[in-house]
Amino acid sequence: MCTGIVENTRVSGSGKGPNGWVPLDQASVSYDHPDHAQAERAVIIDLISEEGGLESRIAVELTPQSAKDLVRAILASLSRGEGDELEERNGSVY
Amino acid sequence: MQKYRTDMYEGMIAETVTVPGHDGSVINAYFARPLGSGPFPGVVLIHHAPGWDEWYRETTRKFAHHGYLAISPNIYQQFGHGVPEDIAAKVRAAGGVPDDDVVGDVKESLGYLKSLPQSNGKAGIFGTCSGGRQVFLVACRTKGFDAAVDCWGGRVVMSQQELTPKYPVAPIDYTKDLSCPLLGLFGEEDQFPSPQQVAQHEQELKKYGKTYEFHMYPKAGHGFFYYDRSGYRQEQAMDGWNKVWAFFEKYLGTSDKR
Repeated sequence: MCTGIVENTRVSGSGKGPNGWVPLDQASVSYDHPDHAQAERAVIIDLISEEGGLESRIAVELTPQSAKDLVRAILASLSRGEGDELEERNGSVY
Repeated sequence: MQKYRTDMYEGMIAETVTVPGHDGSVINAYFARPLGSGPFPGVVLIHHAPGWDEWYRETTRKFAHHGYLAISPNIYQQFGHGVPEDIAAKVRAAGGVPDDDVVGDVKESLGYLKSLPQSNGKAGIFGTCSGGRQVFLVACRTKGFDAAVDCWGGRVVMSQQELTPKYPVAPIDYTKDLSCPLLGLFGEEDQFPSPQQVAQHEQELKKYGKTYEFHMYPKAGHGFFYYDRSGYRQEQAMDGWNKVWAFFEKYLGTSDKR
């Protein structure tokens, strides 16, 4: 919480963590000092399952550049998979 | 400072205790003290954003090793118990712990230290990262501390947009109320706080005639004391620790023999 930068969003899907697969309910995305990544600052993503509790949290710390690359990859795969339908809904994203 | 000699006795006790927290709560704290009747000065340690973790328990023992009654309250206890980094993630997602609660927790820990029969009546406060910010906040909003050490506390300077119900006032706006001398240690490559924000804070301290020492370390970023993280900078960290010991010795007195 050195930066106070956090964005939370509800998500739907599944994630595989220390206790196997769990349903996911929330993603918490921060820009802060990482616990483990070899970087001064990182994008920290916590995927949280209300059913699985804290112990099943799936944590990711990405360097800022790799976080941008991941966003591009996610959007590119969505674009290829959902095509025009997605572009119509979220045209500005691209 | 009296130098340690190999024929000296030393010993300490370190354990988890329960202490009063804010609003009548009871919270865990890690308490370490030198063996013996003292009198010893006290130090409250405010843990960092990664949580009430091993580094903070080690650092609490480090203060006891240097002759202090040292206590580190778990200021995240209202978020439950678990692995420290999981609790820290929960706090992060919730937008942090309210400033008022931290002030309350630390004030109670100060009272605990001063009630001890080994206390010399003096107490300091130390914190890093978000704990550094909270050190400054507490030193402004409470009386009873004799010295404060803020290590790279971010968001002492806050924009209007950053203020929330949990953080209703930027700590810098409390500067006129600072109740004890302040030591600040910062890294030139840090952006939270940036050197510009540190300079702004320093201007405010000057404006109100406060007693302070700020040190800005070259080739260091955030958290340069943390030997377990990539930001560790050995030379700057050792110099910083020496400044911490000298500052507390000056204002708290100590039986330090290291």
